[in-house]
Amino acid sequence: MTDWPILSAVTFLPLVGVALLLLTREDSPYGRRNILNVSLLTTVFTFVLSLFIWIGFDNANPGFQMVEKAEWLGTGISYHLGVDGISMLFVILSTFLMPFCVLASWHSVEKRLREYMIAFLLLEVFMVGVFVSLDIVLFYVFFEAGLIPMFIIIGVWGGKDRVYASYKFFLYTLLGSVLMLLAIMAMYWQAGTTDITELLAYNFPAHMQTWLWLAFFASFAVKMPMWPVHTWLPDAHVQAPTAGSVILAGVLLKLGGYGFIRFSLAMFPLASDYFAPFVFALSVIAIIYTSLVALMQDDIKKLIAYSSVAHMGYVTMGIFAANVQGLQGAIFQMLSHGIVSGALFLCVGVVYDRLHTREIAAYGGLVNNMPKYAVAFMIFTMANVGLPGTSGFVGEFMTLIGVFRANTWVALFATTGVILSAAYALWLYRRVIFGALEKESLKALLDLDVREKLLLYPLLILTIFYGVYPAPVFDATAASVDALLNNYSAALQAAQSVALSAN
Amino acid sequence: MTADTILASLQLSTPEIILAVGALVLLMIGVFSGERSGTTVTGLAVALLIISGLWLVLATGEGQAYGGAFVSDPFAKFMKVLALIGSITAMVMTVGHARSEQLDRFEFPVLIVLSTLGMLLMISANSLLSLYLALELQSLALYVVAAINRESLRSTEAGLKYFVLGALSSGMLLYGMSLVYGFTGHIGFQEIAAALTAEGRSLGLVFGLVFILAGLAFKISAVPFHMWTPDVYEGAPTPVTAFFAAAPKVAAMAMLVRIVIDAFEPVVADWQQVIVFISIASMLLGAFAAIGQRNIKRLMAYSSIGHMGYALVGLAAGSMAGVRGVALYMLIYMVMTLGTFAIILAMRRKEGGNVEDINDLAGLSSTNPFMATVLTILMFSLAGIPPMAGFFAKYFVFMAAIEAHLYALAIIGVLASVVGAYYYLRIIKVMWFDEPTGEFARTAGELKLVFGLSGLFVVGYVLIGGPIGAAAEAAARTFF
Repeated sequence: MTDWPILSAVTFLPLVGVALLLLTREDSPYGRRNILNVSLLTTVFTFVLSLFIWIGFDNANPGFQMVEKAEWLGTGISYHLGVDGISMLFVILSTFLMPFCVLASWHSVEKRLREYMIAFLLLEVFMVGVFVSLDIVLFYVFFEAGLIPMFIIIGVWGGKDRVYASYKFFLYTLLGSVLMLLAIMAMYWQAGTTDITELLAYNFPAHMQTWLWLAFFASFAVKMPMWPVHTWLPDAHVQAPTAGSVILAGVLLKLGGYGFIRFSLAMFPLASDYFAPFVFALSVIAIIYTSLVALMQDDIKKLIAYSSVAHMGYVTMGIFAANVQGLQGAIFQMLSHGIVSGALFLCVGVVYDRLHTREIAAYGGLVNNMPKYAVAFMIFTMANVGLPGTSGFVGEFMTLIGVFRANTWVALFATTGVILSAAYALWLYRRVIFGALEKESLKALLDLDVREKLLLYPLLILTIFYGVYPAPVFDATAASVDALLNNYSAALQAAQSVALSAN
Repeated sequence: MTADTILASLQLSTPEIILAVGALVLLMIGVFSGERSGTTVTGLAVALLIISGLWLVLATGEGQAYGGAFVSDPFAKFMKVLALIGSITAMVMTVGHARSEQLDRFEFPVLIVLSTLGMLLMISANSLLSLYLALELQSLALYVVAAINRESLRSTEAGLKYFVLGALSSGMLLYGMSLVYGFTGHIGFQEIAAALTAEGRSLGLVFGLVFILAGLAFKISAVPFHMWTPDVYEGAPTPVTAFFAAAPKVAAMAMLVRIVIDAFEPVVADWQQVIVFISIASMLLGAFAAIGQRNIKRLMAYSSIGHMGYALVGLAAGSMAGVRGVALYMLIYMVMTLGTFAIILAMRRKEGGNVEDINDLAGLSSTNPFMATVLTILMFSLAGIPPMAGFFAKYFVFMAAIEAHLYALAIIGVLASVVGAYYYLRIIKVMWFDEPTGEFARTAGELKLVFGLSGLFVVGYVLIGGPIGAAAEAAARTFF
C-alpha cells in the first residue's frame, strides 16, 4: 500500500478521463451518453481510489503520510506530496463532490458537454493537488491553476451576466494571490527552501511574519471569502451553472480556510496571534452583516451565497481562536459546509431545471406536489441553520466554544449569527416550499426523479450521520491539530520569554 | 595576429561565417534565377540557419576571438540558439503568406539571414565597436524587411517610421559609446570594467551609460522608447511582425545583459536604477495601454512592451538568479509570441483574406476548437497563470528581484500582471463566450505545426522545465 504513489494517482486520475473525453464526439445522443458515462465513471473511480487514502491513513500520526518526493524543475522546487489530518479529509471531500457535479449536469448542460466535463475534470486535478502539495510553489501552481477551468465554466455555461461574474472572479482572486506569490519568494530566500515540512519547522523573524501574514491573508481572505472582499462570490454563484456553484461553495472556498490553517497559523504564529483580533472583527462583521444581506435577497442562489460568506466567518474565527475546539470546529465546519451548501445548490438546481428561474417569488407551495423534495430541502436548510442533529450544528458549536475561550465578546456577537441564519433560511424555506400552490407554472412540477434522488439522498444521509456521530472526522484530524497547536503555543511562549529576558 | 589566433578566431565564429557566406550565395542564386526563385531561396535560407545552429551547438568552442571583440560562451550559445529558432520559425511561417504579402521575392529570405547574422554578432559582441556594427547590420536589414510590401501604404509607413526612430536611437547609442570611450579609454567590455574598478566612475561616464541604455531600450522597445512598436507591429506584414517580435528582442536583450553585467558591473548602482525605472514603466504601460486595443497585432505590441518590462525585472536584480530569469523569460516569451503570431496568421477568412480584429475571433472555440484551445493556453501563459510556462518565466524573474530586495519593483510588477491579465482574458472571452460570426479558412499545415508545438511547450513546461532551467542556469553562470 505504501509503495505505490496513491496521492499522485488520485490527483492525476481525472486526466485519464480527459484523455478519453478528447476521443469522443458530441454530435449524437450516443456521443452525449458516452461523455456522461466516461465522466461519471472517472469521478466515481477517483472517489473510490481516494477512499484508500482514508483507509490507509494512520490517525495517531500527526505528521505527513503517504509522502512522495521527487526533484522538479531542478531549482529547489520539489514535487512533494503528502497528507496529514488537516488535509486528508479535504481530498476526500473534493473527490466525493465530483460525481454529484457530473450527475447535476446530466440534462442541464445542453451545449458543449465535452468541454464542460473536461473543465470539471481538470478542476478536480487542481483542487486535489492543492490539498496534497507539500511544496509551497507546487501548492501555488495548483491553487492558481484552478482559476482557469472555473473561469471557463462560469463564462461559457453561466447565466445572463456570466462575463462580468467570470472576470470578477478571476481578477479578484488573482489579485490576492500574486501578493502571496511574492511572500512565497521572500520565504524561499529567508528559509532557503520551498518545502512545506521544512518551512513549518522554520521560525521566521517576527517583523517578517507580519508582512508574510498580510500577503497570505490577501490571498486567502479573497478566496475564503471574508468581508469586505467577498463581493465576487454572490456574482460568481448566481451566474455559475449548478455544478459550478457546488464546487465553488463545496471546495474552492475551503482552499482559503485550508491555507489559513496550513500557512498563516502554522508558519506565522506570532503574526497570527497579533492579527487575531483583526480577524475576529472581520469575521463577526461577516457573520452579522452578510446574514442581514441574505435576508434581503430575492434570488435563491444569492441568498445561499451570502449565507456561505457568513458560515465562512465561523471558520476564520475558529481558526484564529487557535485552540483545539476552535480549530477542530473550523475544519469540521468547512467539511460540513462543503456537503450542506453543495446540497443546497443542488436543491436550487432541481427547481431551476424545471422552471428556469431562481426568483424566490416565483415559487411557493412546492410541498404539495414535491413532498420528497420538500423533506430534503428542509433537512439541508436545518443543517445550514445549525440545528442539533445535523452536521452544521457540530461545526458551529465547536467554533463558538473555541472563540468563547479566546474572546467572550466575539462569541457573543457571533452567536447572534445563528439566530439570523435561522431567520433567513427558514424564511426562504417558507416562501419556496410552504403556502398554497397557487401559481399555474408550479402545478405541473414533478417530484424528484431517480437521478435527483441519487444526488440528494447520499448527502442527506451524510449530513445526519455526521451530525449525530462526528467522531470519524475528529479522530482523523485530532493528532495533526494537536501538533499544530503545540507548535503554535511553543512559538508564542518562546517569543514571550525572549521579550521578558530583553527587559 | 599569428595564423594560429586567426584560425582559432575563425573557428569560434564559424556559425556566423556560415551565415555570412551563405547569405551572399543565396543572393547570387536569387539574382541569377530571377523572380521565381523566392521559394527556393526561402528553403535554402532555412537550411542555412539550421546548419549554422547545428554547428553552433555541436562544434563551436568557447573563448574570445578577434582580439577580444567577439566572445563565445554558454550565455551566447543559449541566446543564439533562441535567436536562430526564432528566425527559422518566422521564416517557416511566411511560406503560406508569401504571395499575398509580397514576400515571395528572394530578397526577403536573404535579408532575414543577414539580420540573423547581425543578431548572432550582437549576442557575441564583446566590445562597443563590434556591438554597434552588429546592431546596425541587424537593424538595416530589419528596416528594409518592415517596408518590404512596397505596394502597401501601411508597410512603407512602418518601415520609414522604424528607420527614422531606429536611426535616432543608433545615434544616441553611438554618442553614449563615445562618452564611455572618452572617459575610460577603452572599448572592450572587460577593459571598461577594469578601468571603472580602478578609477571609479565620473559624471561623464554616467551620461554615456544613460545614452547607451536609452539606445538599447529602444531596441527592446522598453518604455519610454517604445513608441515605434505598435505602429510598426501593425503596419508591417504579419509574418514580418512575427519575426520582429521574437528573434530581434532576444538578441537585443542578450546584448543589454552582456553590456551591463560585463562592462558596467562596477557601477551597478547607476544602471540598476535606470533598469528599474524602465522596467516599471514598461510593465505599467504594457498593461494599461493594451486594454483599449482592438487590433490584435497592436495588442501584441503592447503585450511585448510589457513582457520586456518583466524580463528587465530579472536584469534589475543584477544577480545570477536574475540573468537566469532573463534567459528563461526570453525563451518562454519567444515561444509564446511565435505561437500567438502563428494563430494571428491563421486568422484568414475564406474571402477577404487576413483579418486582425480581436472580435474576428468570436466563437472560435466552436468553429475551430483546436486553434481556440491553443490560443487560450497561450493567453493564460502570457498572463502568467500557472501551470503554463509563462508563470514560471515570471516566477524566476520576480524571485531574483525579491532576492535583491527590490520589493517595490516586484509588487508593482505583479500588480501590473493582474491588470495585464484583463486583456488576455478578453481574447479568451471573445473566443469562448461570444457567438461565432464567421469561420476562418483552413489553417495551413506549417502554421498548425508552429502553434501546436508552441502550445505543447507551454503546457509541457512543467514536465520538461528541469533541463531547460539547467541550460539557462549554465548560461547565466557565464557572468558570475
